[in-house]
Amino acid sequence: MAALLELNDIHKSFSGVHVLKSVGMEIHPGRAVGLAGENGAGKSTLMKIIAGIYSRDAGTVRYKGQEVTYSNARQAIDAGIAVIHQELNLLPELSVAENIFLGREPTRMGKIQWDYVRSESRKWLEALKQKIDPDAPLGTLSIAQQQMVEIARALSLNAEVIIMDEPTDALTDIEAKILFDVVADLKQQGKGLVFISHRLGEIFEICEDIAILRDGQMVHTGPTSQITENDLIRHMVGRELSDQYPFVPAQPGKIRLEVEKLSAKGFSEVSFSARAGEVVGFSGLVGAGRTELAKAIFGANHITGGTIKIDGQPVTIANPRQGIANHIGYVTEDRKSEGLIQMHSVGENMSLTGLSKFTNRFGVVNRTSAFITIDEFVKAFSIKTQSAASLVQNLSGGNQQKVSIAKSLIPGPRILILDEPTRGVDVGAKREIYSLINTLKAEGLCILLISSDMPELLGISDRVLVLSNGKLTGEFSREEADQESIMRCAVAGQ
Amino acid sequence: MNIKQFASDNKSLIGLIILMVLVSIANANFLGVDNMLNILRQTSINAIIAMGMTFVIITAGIDLSVGSILAFAGAVCASLIAADMPLVVALVMTIAVGAALGATSGTIISFFNVQPFIATLVAMTMIRGATLVYTEGRPISTGSFDVAESFYQFGAGYTFGVPNPVIVAAVVFLVCWFVLTHTKLGRYVYAIGGNENVARLSGVNVTAVKISVFAISGALAALAGIILTARLESAQPTAGLGYELDAIAAVVLGGTSLMGGRGRIFGTIIGALIIGVLNNALNIMDVSSYYQQIAKGAVILLAVVVDSRGKANA
Repeated sequence: MAALLELNDIHKSFSGVHVLKSVGMEIHPGRAVGLAGENGAGKSTLMKIIAGIYSRDAGTVRYKGQEVTYSNARQAIDAGIAVIHQELNLLPELSVAENIFLGREPTRMGKIQWDYVRSESRKWLEALKQKIDPDAPLGTLSIAQQQMVEIARALSLNAEVIIMDEPTDALTDIEAKILFDVVADLKQQGKGLVFISHRLGEIFEICEDIAILRDGQMVHTGPTSQITENDLIRHMVGRELSDQYPFVPAQPGKIRLEVEKLSAKGFSEVSFSARAGEVVGFSGLVGAGRTELAKAIFGANHITGGTIKIDGQPVTIANPRQGIANHIGYVTEDRKSEGLIQMHSVGENMSLTGLSKFTNRFGVVNRTSAFITIDEFVKAFSIKTQSAASLVQNLSGGNQQKVSIAKSLIPGPRILILDEPTRGVDVGAKREIYSLINTLKAEGLCILLISSDMPELLGISDRVLVLSNGKLTGEFSREEADQESIMRCAVAGQ
Repeated sequence: MNIKQFASDNKSLIGLIILMVLVSIANANFLGVDNMLNILRQTSINAIIAMGMTFVIITAGIDLSVGSILAFAGAVCASLIAADMPLVVALVMTIAVGAALGATSGTIISFFNVQPFIATLVAMTMIRGATLVYTEGRPISTGSFDVAESFYQFGAGYTFGVPNPVIVAAVVFLVCWFVLTHTKLGRYVYAIGGNENVARLSGVNVTAVKISVFAISGALAALAGIILTARLESAQPTAGLGYELDAIAAVVLGGTSLMGGRGRIFGTIIGALIIGVLNNALNIMDVSSYYQQIAKGAVILLAVVVDSRGKANA
């Protein structure tokens, strides 16, 4: 049977990073393709190319036998390609019906046909077995209901190809079941579907075909019946471990951090401990609760239950200020909006967290001593910048990351939390960050490392903990940790 | 530092010099010492308010209540002087009242997550109302005790030939410059305006700093109110109407970004002087006050356009 949509040799790079390498894929009418892959494998990028949101650097897209190029999302939608996005793209202030028809309100002589909008919206919501008032403001709905509205909108487009990017993430089992019934209906109507999910069981349940992306390459495509879940996991994670992880074995010291039944938004009842001179890696899928856990320990997120002990003493950490006072450093995954003030200089950023170290009791900053420390870090971390007065926004990602790490080190933390420290960082700088982690470990820091790059995590961690859906689902020593068993734990709680 | 860099860092200073050159060509009396001191004296009230405003605007906030605080503080101060309070006590108490009013706005902004524009709009209205209630809509005279005379001298006298308000403004300038560039509070003010989220995660007590900047703004508005009251020997319930806009204009003319995160107190002084020179020039050239407003608006527009073009080319 001819493919409805056919991708061939698709390439895409972002600022020099090759994220899709010669990717091919077919979507057939009446069938669903399950697209699997680790965080950052390129799934969302590929889907955004199909949906006209990104342009491809090379390769062809054939839709119903015709080669097509969409330069924006509108054109793809008009042609019959709809996407249900992972992040909700809805406006909370508008009503449900207004959201469903946003940007394509039917008009007669310039007047919007509200009756039609309402009745159509109700029809599609009923198809999803949802009792949602089309006039209700979207913001008053639960996240699961909002997700259903997003799905209703995609259905109402009468698209031929429907891409669902993690549609069940926010849904309960009941709503997911309804969605699967709808998927079956859509297949009957001859639509072609792409289904992206971290819940591998769902892929096996509703997809006829499976496509697996790894590092921007399509490593496997074929019918679901010919692959087992274990094979799927093996394909997802089969990245080569290389010697670029200079692991230095170290004798961990005494227990520095003890977390007991800690709960907050995004995770619950997580318990673990970490020693001085130890790197504890945290693995998990996006949304597993790792960043939330890190922020709760640091004081940036409100803790709802459980205790934290540092060096055996229970501590109260209600805000980042107290986290820093308790010798915790946190290097965020989101440099732009949480890590560095882009419009300020390297020196101003670097000295911000530890400013009290350079301040006398009258609140006056000793600029000379601050400058000496800043200069030491610029040299020690070989930060490539014209001077400490250069603006952070002019630095490359890797150098910004080094500034961010230096910033959290200046107050002299005993516990350092690194959240995706090598994201958006070039290979050379990655290597420098790894050896920096080893140096800090040797100096006796207790390091919590969150990373979605599994070889990296295995390469430099002494121990790996796995989170899934806000729960701790696995713990591996360096010796027993391997990519497949970690991935199995990471998808276990889904 | 090369000339090009200096020019782009000091656009407002260059603008002020150009303006002064143009005016002195048009009118020979402009450059006289008396007229210069006159401009400085007339500018000092706006400059003092605008320096407080600079703190607020660097944190990406705005303070619309300064004109009302000026009037309320003036009334408080006039009553204290009229009641024969020692001068220093009256001044300190009045400034404390201004700081408390500003801190209240800052507290509302921080704890109830209200936009600074709205919170200080409310404060502007309520404090103006409170002033009218307190004064019963009539001026309050500073009275006839001895202290009233020294109070008058504070606002209208000269020290070594320089008008006292100019000296006060110069002292405020030095203190503000030091706080912004050499203290932890100053660094935190810039950090919050640069990115509040980053500041909070860097351990900055954002709430305390925000309350502080509004307290500083309120205190300096009260100080301006004291000077105005002293000069007039009475507090006017409608004093300071629209002063918040002149202060904001001075800050913006001085190159401080309304988006927060950058700005200099020196620039604010220059901005206030540009407005002062312009007002003075139009006056001595006998331009009708109706046209003066149009001219002032045009200069601000010109400055902002030049500034944003400069940024686009950078």
